[in-house]
Amino acid sequence: MSDTVTAEARFQYVLRLADDQLILGQRLGEWCGHAPTLEEDLALANIGLDLLGQARSLFTYAGEVEGKGRGEDDLAFLRQEREYCNALLVEQPNGDFAVTIVRQFFHAAFMVPFWSHMTASGDETLAAIAAKSLKEVEYHLRHCSEWIIRLGDGTAESHARTQAALDELWGYAGELFEMDELATAMLDAGIAVDAAALKPAWDATVDAVLSRATLKRPEDGWAQSGGRQGLHSEHMGHILSELQYMQRAYPGLEW
Amino acid sequence: MSQTAATRAATSETAKAWAAAACVCDPEIPVLTLEDLGVLRDVRTDGDGRTVVTITPTYSGCPAMLMMEVEILKALREAGFEDATVETVLSPAWTTDWLSDAGREKLRAYGIAPPVRASTSRQALFGRDAVDCPQCGSSDTERVSEFGSTACKALYRCRACAEPFDYFKCL
Repeated sequence: MSDTVTAEARFQYVLRLADDQLILGQRLGEWCGHAPTLEEDLALANIGLDLLGQARSLFTYAGEVEGKGRGEDDLAFLRQEREYCNALLVEQPNGDFAVTIVRQFFHAAFMVPFWSHMTASGDETLAAIAAKSLKEVEYHLRHCSEWIIRLGDGTAESHARTQAALDELWGYAGELFEMDELATAMLDAGIAVDAAALKPAWDATVDAVLSRATLKRPEDGWAQSGGRQGLHSEHMGHILSELQYMQRAYPGLEW
Repeated sequence: MSQTAATRAATSETAKAWAAAACVCDPEIPVLTLEDLGVLRDVRTDGDGRTVVTITPTYSGCPAMLMMEVEILKALREAGFEDATVETVLSPAWTTDWLSDAGREKLRAYGIAPPVRASTSRQALFGRDAVDCPQCGSSDTERVSEFGSTACKALYRCRACAEPFDYFKCL
C-alpha cells in the first residue's frame, strides 16, 4: 500500500518532520551558555541535541527518498526559506524562559502521541525513527511539564510571564493538527499519522498540566498557519542566516 | 573451499572480528565496552575479507557515534580486518535493558549509578526513580538535574555522603 504515493509526496512529508525538529533544535541551541541556571543550560542543549539527532535521521532518509543525491547537509543547510516547511510554532523566538518552555511543552505534548502512532507506520524507516524519538520526547515532555507547574505555581512574576507565554503561542498550536492534501494522501497510504486525531490527547496533557500549574487555558481565537507551505514568519530568515552561515561561507564544508 | 568450509572459515573469522569490535570502549564512559552497552549489534564477515559491523545509537543525537565508528575500524584493522565498514541502524531502538550485568557493575564501580528499572515499566508523568548512591550505597539521594554531562545521564546527589554522582537514565 505504501507504493501508492509518489516519492515526491513522501519526500515532502519527511521533510516537514525533519524541518520541525531542526528549527526547534536550532532555537534551543541559542540558549547554550545563556540559560538561567547551569542545569537548565544542560537540559536545553540536551533536548536540542536529541532534536538535531532526529532531524539528521529524517534528512538522511528524505535524501534517499528523493534520490537526487542530496544528503542531510544539503537539505538542512542549502535550501531557501520558502523551501522549509516547519510549523510556525518552532520558529518563534526564544523570548523569556517561559516562552521557550511553553513552546517546547506544546511541541512535546504533540510529538509524544505523534511518534507513538508513527511506530505503526507502513514506512519502516519512519517507524524506526519514531520508536527512537518517542523515548526522547517523553523525557522532554516530563521536563517541560515540571517547569510549567513550577513557573505557574511559583511567584506572581513567573505566573504572569508563563500565562503571557501561553496566550502568545496559543495561536500557533493549531497548525500542528492540520491535515492538508499531502498529509491526507500519506495517511491514506498507511504512512502518515492523522495529526487532527491527536488533538484530544494533546488537550488532555495540556489541561492536566495547566490545572496543576494554576494557569488558564487560553481561549481559541486568532490562529496562524502557513509554515507547511513555506510561508514563514519574519523570524525564519534570521534563523537561517545563523544556521546556514558555515555552509554559505564555506560551501561543501565537512567536519 | 567447499561451501561448509567457507562457512566455517567465515564463522571463526566473524568471532575474531566480533572480539576485536567488542573491545572498543565508549568514548564518554571508558569503563564500558560497546558490547557492554548493547551498542554493538552485529558483526558479519563474508569469507572474502570484508567485514560489516552494525551499531545503534543510544540517543538520536549521540555525538560519540562518529568516534565509535573510527575506533571500531581501527580495532578491526589492528586485528587484520582491513576491508571493514560500520553501519548504523535505528531499529530495534536501543534500550538500557541491553546493558550487560557486567556493564552495570562496571558503571557502579566507576561512580555512575546504573538504570534502576526496566524500560518497559513506564514512569508516571511526575514519578521519580529511587536511585542508590554508587559511592556509599545509601538510598537517601536527590535529583539535581534531569540532564547531565551526556545525553544518557542525569545528575544526582547523595544526602548521606554528600557526593554528587551521575545516574544512567532508563531508556
